[in-house]
Amino acid sequence: MTDSTLLFMVILFGVALLSVPVTARLGLGSVIGYLIGGVLVGPEVLGFVSNPEKILHLAEFGVVLLLFLIGLELNPKRLWKLRRSIFGMGLLQLTLTALLVGLGLKLLGWSLEESVVAGMGIAMSSTAIAMQITGERGLRNHPVGQNGFSILLFQDIAVVPVLLVASLFKPETASSGLNLVSILTAIAAILAIIIAGRYLTRPVFRWIAGARIRELSIAFSLLIVVGISFVMVKVGLSMALGAFLAGVILAESEYRHELEANIEPFKGLLLGLFFLAVGMSIKLQLLIEHPLRILAFVCALLFIKTLVIYSVSWIFGIKDRDKLLLGLLLSQGGEFAFVLFSQSIQDGVLKPEVADLLNGVVSLSMLTTPLLLLAYDRWAAVRCIADQKPEADAIPDDKHPVIIAGFGRVGQIVARLLHLNKISTTVIDHSPEHIDSVRRFGSKAYYGDASQLNLLEAAGLSDAKLLVIAMDDRETVTQLAETVRKHYPTLPILVRAYDRTHVHELFDKGIEHMERETFGSALGMGRKALQLMGIHPYQAHRSALRFEAYDLEVLHRLHPYRGDEKQFISKTREAREQLEKLFAEDEQTLKSDTQGWD
Amino acid sequence: MSAARHVVVIFAHPNPSISKAQKALYKAIHSMAGVEIRDLYQLYPDFYINVKAEQEALRKADLIIFQHPIYWYSTPALLKEWQDAVLEQGFAYGPGGVALKGKDFLQVISSGGLESAYHRQGSNRFLLPELLRPFEATAWLCGLHYHKPFAIQGIASISEQQLAREAEKYRLMLQNYLEQGRASLQILDTTHQGFAP
Repeated sequence: MTDSTLLFMVILFGVALLSVPVTARLGLGSVIGYLIGGVLVGPEVLGFVSNPEKILHLAEFGVVLLLFLIGLELNPKRLWKLRRSIFGMGLLQLTLTALLVGLGLKLLGWSLEESVVAGMGIAMSSTAIAMQITGERGLRNHPVGQNGFSILLFQDIAVVPVLLVASLFKPETASSGLNLVSILTAIAAILAIIIAGRYLTRPVFRWIAGARIRELSIAFSLLIVVGISFVMVKVGLSMALGAFLAGVILAESEYRHELEANIEPFKGLLLGLFFLAVGMSIKLQLLIEHPLRILAFVCALLFIKTLVIYSVSWIFGIKDRDKLLLGLLLSQGGEFAFVLFSQSIQDGVLKPEVADLLNGVVSLSMLTTPLLLLAYDRWAAVRCIADQKPEADAIPDDKHPVIIAGFGRVGQIVARLLHLNKISTTVIDHSPEHIDSVRRFGSKAYYGDASQLNLLEAAGLSDAKLLVIAMDDRETVTQLAETVRKHYPTLPILVRAYDRTHVHELFDKGIEHMERETFGSALGMGRKALQLMGIHPYQAHRSALRFEAYDLEVLHRLHPYRGDEKQFISKTREAREQLEKLFAEDEQTLKSDTQGWD
Repeated sequence: MSAARHVVVIFAHPNPSISKAQKALYKAIHSMAGVEIRDLYQLYPDFYINVKAEQEALRKADLIIFQHPIYWYSTPALLKEWQDAVLEQGFAYGPGGVALKGKDFLQVISSGGLESAYHRQGSNRFLLPELLRPFEATAWLCGLHYHKPFAIQGIASISEQQLAREAEKYRLMLQNYLEQGRASLQILDTTHQGFAP
């Protein structure tokens, strides 16, 4: 490995580590961080990397791994359920977009073959970006995530015919693509993958497991994906499609989780590299030379794609705001466009400068998706409030006394309990499906990042009687509690604490009301364990209550010593001894009961 | 009353394993056909009582028994909670509250002090029937026939054999009730005399 290769890797890892946390913190997600990082180190800004196409080529493998992993989560039964959206929505989306884009370009005076190839390339969306965002937002099993995935899957299936159509325009050989042998070998390859996946992986895995060397299993997992990709490329099919197929076949095997765990880190790194490479290949030069033209193209691309997906979603009965969300999620051009356009240059169908223009437009459009979704979040939040208005009239007091930040497993239970007692709540969560369900129960719901003070204020924090912080991220919880305590010193704040040390941390910030997120259930389990061991239920109940009371007392008593490590440890030990003493006393008390009460 | 009589025992002891008398009484009847024991501290250790289930059980009963030790001249806390929650207006008393009307009611109690302690000059100052007045009043309001309580007193000094005899007496009493009904119990007369164990 040469110095320059090492330096190159240092730069790539370094820029990812610098830019991604920043955008993730800002709520933009990781994708845009990688893209911006790529732009920065790319040939046109800092110039650390000169030929991003090569990296892009390598990193495309990340997309293959991604599809393999998605396949693992979808067994054949679930895939069968998606057939309507795959072949209905997918087909409609692809043809409509390609037609509209092609027609538009033809009207602008492009040649027929340029228009067709560009239309087909633009119609593809980016699986990498869309699925990464879907995952980060927890939308995998939401209608938006599932339909989005169906459309993307159809696009992957369509890769072969699209390449075929594009090659038909090749000046010399008109019909070399279509012959029976290649179709038959493709079918044979797919059958071979299915059969090998079914009957070969299991014995091999068992054999490897016998050797008890962990990296062998990782190597085998990678071999499966790489091998399949190789075969697919050889027979002229899409690598991603083959990997997906293999994933689906292995979804029901007992090695599914092992495969997942093995592939996941590679997928993450390669996808990151992929986004970096896309960022690098953004032609800033072109943007500077023809800013208006490029921007017009990007806007047209986004508009047409969103419009088509919105209409298709409408035809397929997707509800309300989900149509727009799905449209925006898939509004960007995809990585496949790069492949198609570079092949078309080789075939002489596209002129290099036209391909450059198209590539630039596609990569810029990828940059917009996280931003568009952020704008969508803001808009959806406003709409949520607007939708709420008519219902709110029924509730005499529009100002809800309790605000619940975070509506996951903890917040939901708190809200339900309050709702049962006719205390209305305002709920804030970043997940749209949670929000819809709350609104049905006459609560106000805001869609957005609950850790933002201004959003809480928009939700009525200044009139609230109680703020419940029920988010699951410890850091975010502490920060929010601290900020709100500072700005609203008299407002009671009830906080979901992670563990004992988090409780101490919150004490330090002046928070009095908190509940450790697992303490209650652990206590409940302890109590059940006692009962199962034959202890009388009432005694088990009392024991748990006494334990809880004592534990809390210790927590408060130890708090002042927390800074002083040594003292803290000795105090902790003392506390444990006291607990034992207390339990011994308990036993004694019960024994002495016999004398007084019978 | 129908031929197949049904006895429901509302049993309240927070820790039966340490009780001599209540354990013995419980054991004597727990496997009898026609006798349903509702062990409150076992069923509702956190004091949250399933009112519907309790009321259903009471509806099916011909004889309702409160079986418990005497704690501070009354029942253990959960049985008091049970009365407050289960004997609702409209079920046990008040308009439409006739679910318990005409059924038999019996207390089976144990106390540490000897009978002699339950006298004006004794350490408890009052007679046991006087102390049990709230239960008698409750039974009256619910339309229950209040019978002479079955009491084991002086547990601190009672012998194993005596205890076994008492337990057997309890079992026989329930057996008789299942066969003959109310006649096997003594309806308390209105003179409120003290009674022997």
